Amino acid sequence: MTVLNNRIRFHKRLLRAEPSFRLMAKLWRISWLYVLLICTLAGIGYVTLYSAAGGVPYPFAAPQAARFAVGLVLMVTVAMLPPRVLMRASWGMYALSLVLLVAVLHMGHVGKGAERWLMVGGLQIQPSEFAKIALVTVLATWFSRMNHARMGNPLWLVPPAFMVLVPVALVLKEPNLGTAVIIGGIGASLFFTAGMRLWQIILLVLPVPSLVQFAYGHLHDYQKARITTFLHPESDPLGAGYNIIQSKIALGSGGMWGQGYLHGSQGQLNFLPEKQTDFIFTMIAEEWGFIGAAAVIALLVLLIMGGMVMAIRCRNRFGRLIALGISMNFFFYCLVNLSMVMGAIPVGGVPLPLVSYGGSAMLNVMLGFGLLLSTWVHRDTRLDESGGSPA
Amino acid sequence: MGGAPMWLKRRKRDNRRLMPIRDQKDPARGIFTRRALLCMAVQVGALGELARRLYHIQINDGDHYARMAANNRVSKRLLAPPRGRIVDRYGIALANNKENWRALLMPEETTDVPGTIERFSALIPLDERDRNRIARELRHQRRFVPVMLRDFLSWDEMARIELNAPSLPGVLIDVGTRRVYPEGELLAHIIGYVAPPNESDVAHSTLLALPGMRVGRAGIEQNQDEKLRGTAGSVEMEVNAVGRVISELNREEGVPGEEISLTIDRGLQQRVLNHIGDQTASAVVMDCHNGEVLAMVSTPSFDPSLFDSGVSHAQWIEWTNNQHTPLINKAVAGVYPPGSTFKPAVAMAALESGLVSPTDRVFCPGHLDVGGTRFHCWSRWGHGSVDLHLALKYSCDVYFYEIARRIGMDRIAQTAHRMGLGVPLDIELPHTRTGLIPTPAWRQAHHHHWNGGDTIVSGIGQGFIQVTPLQLATYTARMATGRAVQPHLMRAINGEISPMANAENWPSLNMPEKYLEALRAGMFAVVNEPHGTAPKAQLDLPGITMAGKTGSAQVRHVSRALREGGHFNSANLPWEYRPHALFICFAPYDAPRYAVSVVIEHGNTGADAAAPLARDIMRDTLLRDPANHTTPPPESVATVDDSFE
Repeated sequence: MTVLNNRIRFHKRLLRAEPSFRLMAKLWRISWLYVLLICTLAGIGYVTLYSAAGGVPYPFAAPQAARFAVGLVLMVTVAMLPPRVLMRASWGMYALSLVLLVAVLHMGHVGKGAERWLMVGGLQIQPSEFAKIALVTVLATWFSRMNHARMGNPLWLVPPAFMVLVPVALVLKEPNLGTAVIIGGIGASLFFTAGMRLWQIILLVLPVPSLVQFAYGHLHDYQKARITTFLHPESDPLGAGYNIIQSKIALGSGGMWGQGYLHGSQGQLNFLPEKQTDFIFTMIAEEWGFIGAAAVIALLVLLIMGGMVMAIRCRNRFGRLIALGISMNFFFYCLVNLSMVMGAIPVGGVPLPLVSYGGSAMLNVMLGFGLLLSTWVHRDTRLDESGGSPA
Repeated sequence: MGGAPMWLKRRKRDNRRLMPIRDQKDPARGIFTRRALLCMAVQVGALGELARRLYHIQINDGDHYARMAANNRVSKRLLAPPRGRIVDRYGIALANNKENWRALLMPEETTDVPGTIERFSALIPLDERDRNRIARELRHQRRFVPVMLRDFLSWDEMARIELNAPSLPGVLIDVGTRRVYPEGELLAHIIGYVAPPNESDVAHSTLLALPGMRVGRAGIEQNQDEKLRGTAGSVEMEVNAVGRVISELNREEGVPGEEISLTIDRGLQQRVLNHIGDQTASAVVMDCHNGEVLAMVSTPSFDPSLFDSGVSHAQWIEWTNNQHTPLINKAVAGVYPPGSTFKPAVAMAALESGLVSPTDRVFCPGHLDVGGTRFHCWSRWGHGSVDLHLALKYSCDVYFYEIARRIGMDRIAQTAHRMGLGVPLDIELPHTRTGLIPTPAWRQAHHHHWNGGDTIVSGIGQGFIQVTPLQLATYTARMATGRAVQPHLMRAINGEISPMANAENWPSLNMPEKYLEALRAGMFAVVNEPHGTAPKAQLDLPGITMAGKTGSAQVRHVSRALREGGHFNSANLPWEYRPHALFICFAPYDAPRYAVSVVIEHGNTGADAAAPLARDIMRDTLLRDPANHTTPPPESVATVDDSFE
């Protein structure tokens, strides 16, 4: 009887959770408003890259648009995947990301000191970008199996801690300090929202200052130089401080209303370093002024807040953590990139997601949005705490 | 069933709450919601802080950064102005700017820079100096700044480069300017030459720092350098971050240097040079009325265009070691004892002093004994009793020994100075020499005693006296017209005739006309009367006569033993010991217009060497008559003898 009742309740629940398994119904559940925001940001990227190339679609804008189209298909496809598939896939993704991180250490190409990538069939793959997504899914999978009681037991927190520390260590070895900090930040945010006890948090945070001091001692010279330059950019105007100064000049010369599209002198005259990648925000700010730049920041905030709301709204723990992790990843991207171009933190190779030119980052971001939308599509799916829906 | 609005409307039982702050059944979800909201607050706060920072940079500091942006963008460069031309009195170009074809290498346009340079040098040889310079420029310049491989390309070399263009990627030919002197050696001493500025020039003038600028190093080029330079133009260019020019925003052409017209008659200059031939000499032709120098020749000369690209060491050594001093303009920087050409000045000093009248006679036995020293006349047998006229005509030394002794050196020096001898003249040339008319005061200033004998030998233009050929010409012109004319080379600047060209602007010498007339008559006799010293100077032009004075200036002491041995003949001496031959003259005698001075170094005697040369020069001057023409006569006129018939 109980068994039967349970069965019936389960089926009711299932039906309530997933009113239809038909593909069309699932597609309908995608938040197209959110997709529209994504497309708007990518559109801004296209327009800016068009200007960065001097008013022509090549070599930046058109390939970027093509990649975005591929990314959209990838995103919608991933959004259709139910949580249990993602859970199963998460271990494989995580393992793959570690393999790639190790591979890139041994056979990767190095660009400008830090960013490392692998060439696979003509495609640049940045394992550290993929590692962030993989880490989010694997942590979400792990924590989705833990109830409140388990979270109180530190032993259950040791394995996920290693899941975070291994990629952090590998990325630090690349060496890419910025990405390592972001990966650590994402991991920390998931630990935090998964329900770590406050005393655990305090115990963890206490040794941080001494760790930072220890870490600074092990920084590469160029990384130290970045920090020094950041503190005194004018001390070396043509060297390491050049990027920050030129970036600020471009921002400042934009004023309130900007110099006009295709008329930003600093960007058009190549004073801006890496204007199509890391420093693309300065082009927007120069050509469209504070109004345009603030609008872009507002759009970024909308995307982040939307992701966070999706996380809170989700009825299953796995989806909540996925959505939060992805939003956090996106937020860190934006935070680091914008802080960098405004001279608030040292220069590091972090692009502005969807806007900066680059295929690897674009596909990773779209993969992330696919996962986010998947949690939204399956927001009412209930999963038991041992993981996976019994089916 | 739709997306977002659904969960907002639905608010049912606790366990159905969509965004539970607290969840009784699942405490972890409540914790998640609260902590996620905290995260959101942090996110909004962080991005809000960045927006605030952005506002600060873009709006509060906007003007500051906009100024920095403009500085970034606009690069102002100066353009070298074309150097002013130098022309003769008729407008014939004497110094001009010509296109200079250069081969440049754009390093970024070739993948193999050393290979390209090797292939280039196979076509057009590059010497060691070129190679070092190219290597240095390649190291220091950006890859899009062209490096000069070779300049002054000939047609033939350009053709070779063009023909092999496919194997010379990045090599291009462009045009600059170079200074050319169409007349070459003919006017080298007057025009001078230009050379690239040295470091101290550049330190004094930013204009000279511009590529292609040249500095006058001699002659008019040096003296009038400021006028010839012009004013730099400027071009404002939009440049990108690496300095590559994107577009030209604004261009202001420079003001070319001023065109300087000289008083020189190029055709006359050429004829004077022809007459001098290969003698080491200098000759000056002047307009007596206004001091215009119509011709000024100094031989041997040099090729001024060699300086524009840099003179080779061997050439320089050759020039500086040459005993004929080709680099020195002997007309203004060569100093010679004037010899007997000085006698009119002594005569004028004597007449002005009132101690001697033109009719006073002196007996010449062939020598004058003063204080136990015997001063010889050039004629061993003497001239008998001579007055001023005869003394000039015969160039009697004893007469001038005597009157010099009577009036004293100070009077002679004062008058000579007024007549233009031993004083600086206002000629527009650098490196001129003043010469010297010695005085007892000068001698004492050098801690020597002035002997009476010094005055006596000064009376015939020997001793310490030194003058330049230009001073001799000026002195002759002043005698001929009684005006204190200054010799000058500048006739017009940018077509505007100088006030110096007007004879009325020159003040009078304030010498009594009758005394001047006496000197002129004496000089007329030298040439035209029987037994004058320079019958060879007679003009063969009908109705025109000229007056002149010979001079032979000893350059070494003639000992008594040599003189009394009777075998002394200066023509047998080695060249450098022979006397200088001098001649001064003016014509036409009755209405003086032109003055000529000739100095032939070691030419032996004024009468035999200098007088005929001066005559030929004067003849050509009179035929061309540049003072009364505004266009050059056809070249044939000066050569056709019958133009006066």
